Amino acid sequence: MARIGLFDIVGPIMVGPSSSHTAGAVRLGLAARRVLGKEVEKAKITLHGSFAATYWGHRTDVALIAGLLGMPMDDERIPHALEEAKEAGLEYTFEFGDLGDVHPNSVRIQVEGSGDKMELAGASVGGGRINIFQVNGFEVGVDGTYTTLLTRHRDEPGVIAEITKVLAIHGINIAFLNVSRKTRGSEALLLAETDDDIPELALQHVLRIPGVLVVRTLPRF
Amino acid sequence: MDITSASQLLDLVKERKQSLSQVVAEYEAFRSNTSCEAVREQMRETLKVMRASVENGILDKGERTHIITGYGHLFKEAIAENRVLGCSLLKNVVLYALAVGQHNAGLGRIVACPTAGACGVVPGAMLAVADELDSSEEELIEALLVMGGVGIVSAAQGPISGAEGGCQSECGVASSMAAGAVVYLMGGSGEQVFAAASLALQSHLGLVCDPLASLVEVPCVTRNSTSATTAIVAANMAMAGIPAVIPYDECVVAMKQIGKSMPESLCETSKGGLAASPTGRKIYDELRQKHSQ
Repeated sequence: MARIGLFDIVGPIMVGPSSSHTAGAVRLGLAARRVLGKEVEKAKITLHGSFAATYWGHRTDVALIAGLLGMPMDDERIPHALEEAKEAGLEYTFEFGDLGDVHPNSVRIQVEGSGDKMELAGASVGGGRINIFQVNGFEVGVDGTYTTLLTRHRDEPGVIAEITKVLAIHGINIAFLNVSRKTRGSEALLLAETDDDIPELALQHVLRIPGVLVVRTLPRF
Repeated sequence: MDITSASQLLDLVKERKQSLSQVVAEYEAFRSNTSCEAVREQMRETLKVMRASVENGILDKGERTHIITGYGHLFKEAIAENRVLGCSLLKNVVLYALAVGQHNAGLGRIVACPTAGACGVVPGAMLAVADELDSSEEELIEALLVMGGVGIVSAAQGPISGAEGGCQSECGVASSMAAGAVVYLMGGSGEQVFAAASLALQSHLGLVCDPLASLVEVPCVTRNSTSATTAIVAANMAMAGIPAVIPYDECVVAMKQIGKSMPESLCETSKGGLAASPTGRKIYDELRQKHSQ
């Protein structure tokens, strides 16, 4: 069992009222923003289970939008996120839906910005911790314990080897590696959870690898 | 270096010939690969947020809450108008805990300790006692480390969420942590810290999590103030030499077992208990109707 963090017990510092329905929701919004890597212009949010049942009381809707606007979970502007979204020109819709056999506090977030589209599904699993279980329809498992590199790339021999080589050159150790694709030779997705932060320069190097289409990082939460 | 139980933590204190707060600081420094100074600095920031949440919570008149209406503000007025009984310590512990609970429910910035639902307990008890004893900021940082130690051994052996263990594992554990901090500020030993923690938890065992309309408002906010008061009572009993009889580790295991035998309806689902009372249901229906429009 991992050692319990002092500031997970005496903390986190957050905007209330609920660590799982508010703080975790901010983080899921932030994760969607990072996956898109651009200002979010449009968002379609599907609330599942307990998120759908209690969102108005715990302001899960406000929290998700706050995250999409880039606010951290202790940002005192969170209560005003819907007004800020209006000013920032972020259009959003909320729907209720069944995401299947997933955690009760789950949400699917489809985001658009600067002509790009991404989709993420995740759950708030308690104490403000999250688990992202789907990115662009690929099954994944990222909880924000590590810095995570995400790439969309062509499913070709050598692409993954090149990506891991670039990380190695920058002294970045990979803790967990998740690779998936839909069909052979189509677009694939890589998620590398790393012990070290990933500098901008390393991201640029990864992007230059032939076959790599999109590179993003998700910070440690 | 690891902290797994109260007895193991007290052994570490003896072996290393260090204070309880220093052992906790070194544990966190080791765990997160930083220095004890950095850990204490982060604790200083945490303390600032706790203090600010008390001040802001007293000003909060309930604009953003659904059921409760500025409880800290109401209590502050009552104190000013001499409508409540007791010494300044008893008045302040209730005032501070209500204020932080109100602030949390109203989307304010708080320190979840150990959870957001129980975030008023520790600031309530600890800051009211600090006023009484005129404790310094440095002493409060050490008290927060001691309290963190109580929290870590609780999380290592039992649940820390209403969904898993009911309110005993939120307000109950918060009360144990607060009792530990108060004993530290009173000059008690590590053994007395855990005796107080044990006495506080014993008074919370079996407590269910049955909030109205799935909100962190009723009975959560007022319960934060009674759990904070219990922490001070437990600390006083421990300092008087009244034994806890059951060691803290065993109390946490008992809490875990009680949590396992609690029905789902009483574990943060708002399906049973107060949430299912006629008034609880009525309030839920009214709020739901209001928000579906």
